[in-house]
Parts: sequence; C-alpha cells; structure tokens
Amino acid sequence: MTNSNQPLPSFFSRISIAIGAFFRTLSDAEYAARLSRIDEAPQPVAAPVAPAPAPAPAPAPAPVTLRVATPDAALQLLSLFQREARLIDFTQENLSAYSDADIGAAARVVHEGCAKVLKEHFTIQPIRSEAEGSRIELPEGFDAAAVRLTGNVVGKAPFKGTLSHRGWRSAEVRLPKLAEAHDASILAPAEVEL
Amino acid sequence: MSDPRYAIGIDLGTTHSALSYVNLQTSDGEKTQHGVLAIPQLTAPGTIEELPLLPSFLYLPHADELAPGENNLPWQQTAEEQAGVAGEMARSRGATTPIRLVSSAKSWLSHPGVDRRSALLPNDAPEEVARVSPLEASTRYLSHLRKAWEQAHPEAPFGEQAVTVTIPASFDPGARELTADAARAAGYTNLPLLEEPQAALYSWIQGSEGRWRKEVKPGDIILVVDVGGGTSDFSLIAVLERDGVLEPHRIAVGDHILLGGDNMDLALAHLVARKLAANGTQLDAWQMRALTYGCRTAKEKLLADETVATWPIVVPSRGSKLIGGSIRTELTRDEVSTFILDGFFPKVEASARPAVRQRAGLTQLGLPYAQDAGITRHLAAFLARQVGATAELEGYAGKQSADATFLHPTAVLFNGGVFKSDLLAQRIMGTINDWLYMEGAEPARMLGGADLDLAVARGAAYYSYVRRGSGVRIRGGTARSYYVAIESAMPAIPGMEPPIQALCVAPFGMEEGSEIELPNQEFGLVVGEPVQFRFFGSSVRRQDQIGDLLDFWGPDELIEMNEIQATLSPEGRVAGDVVQVRLHAMATESGTLELAAVANDGQRWKVEFDVRNA
Repeated sequence: MTNSNQPLPSFFSRISIAIGAFFRTLSDAEYAARLSRIDEAPQPVAAPVAPAPAPAPAPAPAPVTLRVATPDAALQLLSLFQREARLIDFTQENLSAYSDADIGAAARVVHEGCAKVLKEHFTIQPIRSEAEGSRIELPEGFDAAAVRLTGNVVGKAPFKGTLSHRGWRSAEVRLPKLAEAHDASILAPAEVEL
Repeated sequence: MSDPRYAIGIDLGTTHSALSYVNLQTSDGEKTQHGVLAIPQLTAPGTIEELPLLPSFLYLPHADELAPGENNLPWQQTAEEQAGVAGEMARSRGATTPIRLVSSAKSWLSHPGVDRRSALLPNDAPEEVARVSPLEASTRYLSHLRKAWEQAHPEAPFGEQAVTVTIPASFDPGARELTADAARAAGYTNLPLLEEPQAALYSWIQGSEGRWRKEVKPGDIILVVDVGGGTSDFSLIAVLERDGVLEPHRIAVGDHILLGGDNMDLALAHLVARKLAANGTQLDAWQMRALTYGCRTAKEKLLADETVATWPIVVPSRGSKLIGGSIRTELTRDEVSTFILDGFFPKVEASARPAVRQRAGLTQLGLPYAQDAGITRHLAAFLARQVGATAELEGYAGKQSADATFLHPTAVLFNGGVFKSDLLAQRIMGTINDWLYMEGAEPARMLGGADLDLAVARGAAYYSYVRRGSGVRIRGGTARSYYVAIESAMPAIPGMEPPIQALCVAPFGMEEGSEIELPNQEFGLVVGEPVQFRFFGSSVRRQDQIGDLLDFWGPDELIEMNEIQATLSPEGRVAGDVVQVRLHAMATESGTLELAAVANDGQRWKVEFDVRNA
C-alpha cells in the first residue's frame, strides 16, 4: 500500500501506461477529469490509508512539498474494519484479562472480517511473483519504492539477492462513496434497542 | 426509437437481483461481449457501494432513523422512493429491526392466497409502518436496477435497450402478469419474461461458446435443477434436431416449491442455536443472523473439503466487548451431512413423494413454505408426473421403455449458489442415476461449467440477444394447459355439490404471439356484474385441445388456482343486460397468458387472473 515517489518509468513501461491511460480515460470520467487537470498542479490522489509522507525526489533544490492525506478515506476504512471485523472493539480491549481461547475466538471474527474488507475494497497483489527465498536479480533502474534493498547494500545494479518478502501492492482501491453530509468521524454508531 | 445497443437481462430473485448485459454492437453469433452491472446501493447510512448483486430487500425506516441525506442515492428519488431503502443496507438493518423489513416479495407475488396488489408487507409490521404491496416492492427493485443502468450508461437509455426479466418457470399466469405489471410500473417497455431454468441453460450455451453442440445431442433430455435462495424450480428441456440444427424444447416445468438455500442455512443455525441453548446460552435475533452467516460459511467449507472434520463458528458480541462477549461454537462434518444431505437431499427411491401434512386449522397469513424439505423427493415426484412428457415428441417415440415409472433425463444442469458445494450436486446426480439404473437406463451426465450465481441474469441478457435473431433459441410455449370449471347439467342432489366439468380454454404449448378462440361455447355475461370462474391448470395434459370438456381427471392432473374474473364494463351498454361472449386465449409476446371475453360485435374485456380478495 505504499503510495510514494517513484523513479521515472522506462520506455516499455511508458507504453503500457499510455495504453492503460487511454482505456481508462474512455471508461472512467473521474480519471479523465483528473488527467485533464494534470498540467495545472500536481495534485496527488488521496492515499487510502495513513499518510505516507513522501519527499519528492529532488533533482534540483526545489522546495519540498509534503502532501496531507484526507482523513475521510482513513476514517472510512476504519469504519469498514469496525463494521466487518470489529477491529476497534478488538484493539480497545485489554488482552491480559482473557484466556488465549477467548482471544482466539475473537481473532477469528477480526481475521475473517479484515480479509473481507481487503478483498472487497482493494485488489492486493504481491509485487514480486517469485517464491520467497529464491534468488532474484534487480536490473538497473528498478523501482526503488517497490523493492527495498537490505543487508550488504554496496556496488551498483544489477543487484543479486534473496527475496525475503514478496511485498504487496494495491492495484485498485474501491472505497464506498459517501453522502455529502455524511460524518465520517462516526466510526460506529451507538446502538439503542427499543 | 433508435436500435438498442445492449441486450439486458434482469434476474429478479427472491433474495438477490442482478443485471447483466450483452453489447450488441460488438457481439456476433455465439461470440458475445457481456458484463454484469455493478449496482450502486446503500450499504450503511450515507455510504454507497457498487456491488454485483442487489439484495431483494426493502427497509422502511422510521422518520427519525436516518439523518437527512443519509439515504440519498446517486440519482434523484421520488418522495415515495425515499421512504424505503433497497439493497444491502436494507438487509443488514432489517436483521436488527425485522418489523420494518420487506423480504421475499417475489414469493408473496406468487402467493395465491393474498391480494398481491394490497399493501401487506412487512406482514408483521405494527400499525404505524406504511406497508407496501408485493407488487410495489418488486417495482422498487426493478426501478433501482433501471436507474443504476441509466447512471452507468447515459449514452444508452434503458427504455431503448432490449430487456428481459426472469421469473420462476413455476409461476402461474397471475404471478407472471404481476411481474410484467411491476416491470411496466418501473418504466420497462416491451419486455419479454423468461423462465429462470431456461435462462440458466441459455447462460450455459453462451458460456460454452459453441461447444454445447458437442456436449448435447438430439434425443437428450436435460433436467434443469435450479435451487435459488428461496425457491426450487425444475424444468425439462428436450433437444430436437430440425433441418440439421439443434433445437431445445422446454417440455415441462415443475410446481412452485418455496424451499431454497436460505432455508438450509437457517435450519443449520437453529440446530446450532439449540446446542447453545442446551448449555444455557440464548441468542437474540441479531446473534441468530450472525450465526446464520457463520453456518453458511461452515457448511460450504465442510461440504467442499473432506479433510475438515469441524469448522468453528464465532458469534460476535453485540456490545463493544468483543473478546469476552463472543460465543464460540462449531459445526461438525457429521452434523452438516446429516442435516443438509439427508435432510434436504436425501437418497430416496424413485417412488418417493413429498409428505403433505394437513395444515393446522388456523394458519397465520404467511408464505406457503414447502412442507417437505426433501428436494430429491420433490424431484422424484416431478419426474414421475412428467413420465409421458416426450411421448408425442418428434424423434422420442420408443426411446423410453414402456414400463418406465418416471421420465429419464440424460443430462442435468444445476443452477443456484447452493450447488457451489459439489457434494450436493453429486448427491442429486447419484440419486438420479440410481433411479435410472433401477429401470435399466443409461446414467445421466452433468453439464458442467455453469456460473451458479449470475447464470440467470446472464442467460436473460443472452436471450434478449438471441431474440434479435442470432444464436439458438429454446422453444416451448405455455408450460401448462388451462381450464375453467363448468357446472354440469345435472339434477341437484341434496348435500352434494353439483359435479363440475373442466373446459379447456388454453392448450399446452401455445406459442408466443398466438391467439385462439374457444369454439361452440358462448357465455352469457351480465353487464356490470363481475363473474367468477374456477380456474385450473395442468402441467401434464398435453393432448387437450381448446374447447375440450373433461368429465374426469386424475387427482394430480388438474391443480386448482385462484378464481379468475371477468367484469363487463357498462360502456355503451345497459347495466343488467346479458351479453353473449366467447373466450379467447392469447400467449403474448412478453410471455404472459391473457384471457379475454369477446362479444359478437368484437368488443373485448380482459379476464383478470389476479382477483382481489374483497
């Protein structure tokens, strides 16, 4: 779910970006509107989750701008996690008072619900398709945001190393739309049975 | 009106509705470009999500229940529409406040014992809730789907597209007409209705991209077993060959059985709730719903994977104390297989019949749920009743041995989410093949590769497409013959009702768009006074022609339906006059049956199937 700065894409990836943009412009009016605004000011899309303060790669000493994620999307996601997975209830409790069996039972609710929210609202894919533990090679110009180098980081690309985590990427975000007056800070309403 | 750009199919289901479409401009022959419309709906107050299915539930909120604007949809709603919320939020809200929830409107639409145009749902609502009629609720779902389409496709107005709406094959003429009325009220024009099992077969044909011609052959009899959320529906489709072209004919449909997948999950939930109650834990309505969901998941896991012996179910606490307050229980493989397999899909003999129990003297106004949960027993009864269905079919003479006790299907197509569990499909296949083996027939094969959830909507869209001239069409005509009762001329015997004769007014298999007149039989109707006829339908008497008068019939041959009624409006006539009329039967292009009383001077009056119970 990283949504930070990326190095400039290669020629071939630009082809696929161009084709993707072409079809998406035709099918997605909002996207087209964003695209037509693209030259005006670099207005980044709201990140769906916690802000990932991303310093822009500064080739020239330009003023560093940090974008602020809108709280609505984050609140909305919290509300979904609470509704489907009772995540807030779960994290607000003091675990020391309960046996592992009780915690395990509740964890099933949380696990099942979180998985449902992730499945319904995001398309989550591994960044690397190779099996974890296998040797991979990173060519020059690899996406440093998508692949993090660890350990003996010396020399220059291509880098050879062992894949210790496949990484995750959200290929698509589908958050519910909200009514104009909807108060997103209500994560779960109080319930009163009459 | 410009040419349609899309062929649209709508599955108006008991528990879920869906809209599927075929792009006419990019489709050719059996290669079609199709999709399923994501339907914007409220999932929580002020929250709109696009889901592939629209749960067929309508919630009627209290005036103080939602903040202003919280039930807005992406399109304009009338004040009347604002008064109810359709879709996912209706379903989840309704679980905690059932007195405001309209559910199973479709089953009520086919309930012959009630006035389906009167505001009677929710049927256990208190006085102050403004109820809606089954017809209105159906209209609401259909209009929600139409508006969702118009929002997503402003370039292709809904009214100009080719639209098909599906109905259970077992719907009687009254329920069909009400569905057509609901669609008209929702702004649908020129629509045909399609039987759901046929839609499932269309979807299978479409999905095979032409390979279906290799998988079925002339002489096949395809049994479609459609177990939806709330109803089970059977149809038989024979495959004929005409001029070298395969032509499927729908030859029989089953009776309306109010029994579906939701009953199974609910039954399991009650089993688990009883176990919990034995240990002193009582569940409220909210927890029961959570338990039902848990049971559905557990059922699917246990039936799909033989290595799993138990599956845990956790009912979350109602309050914010999740850890201490949740109830953990489990469902075992044994429980599921005894309960679901042996309860709903028992291995029975071909001679088994569903149990019919006398209804208790005073029944509450409610849906006439199936009294026997054994789907295989209903199936056995259906196949036995239809043993002669192919007798007069071209190319089928002598295919079946004369002493067969039931119609021998050669292939089975399953539809409905229940059959995601392969075990259930296998149980039905095994049971049918045992029956076939006992009568020395070849085993039937299963037609695979069906999309169990969306097949009906997809098939309906495909039907809208083939109606325009490309691809294979299923033939069939009306699935029943219809009769009105005539009192026979006999001296009155004290204490005995005069015996009746049944006059055939519409024969079996009337093709769409045909109209026939009842010969030699005129009725004198009094202008301005409604006249009622007792009305019967038969799904087995294929040979009766219009005007045939039956003196005797087998106990299962004719099923009495709601009375039908003709009222001669006094326009241009004197009230009290007697007018001689003849009865006409029409099978309309839209898939409904119409009866009309026609005077000698050509004036016609519609005979209503849906008589208000005054």
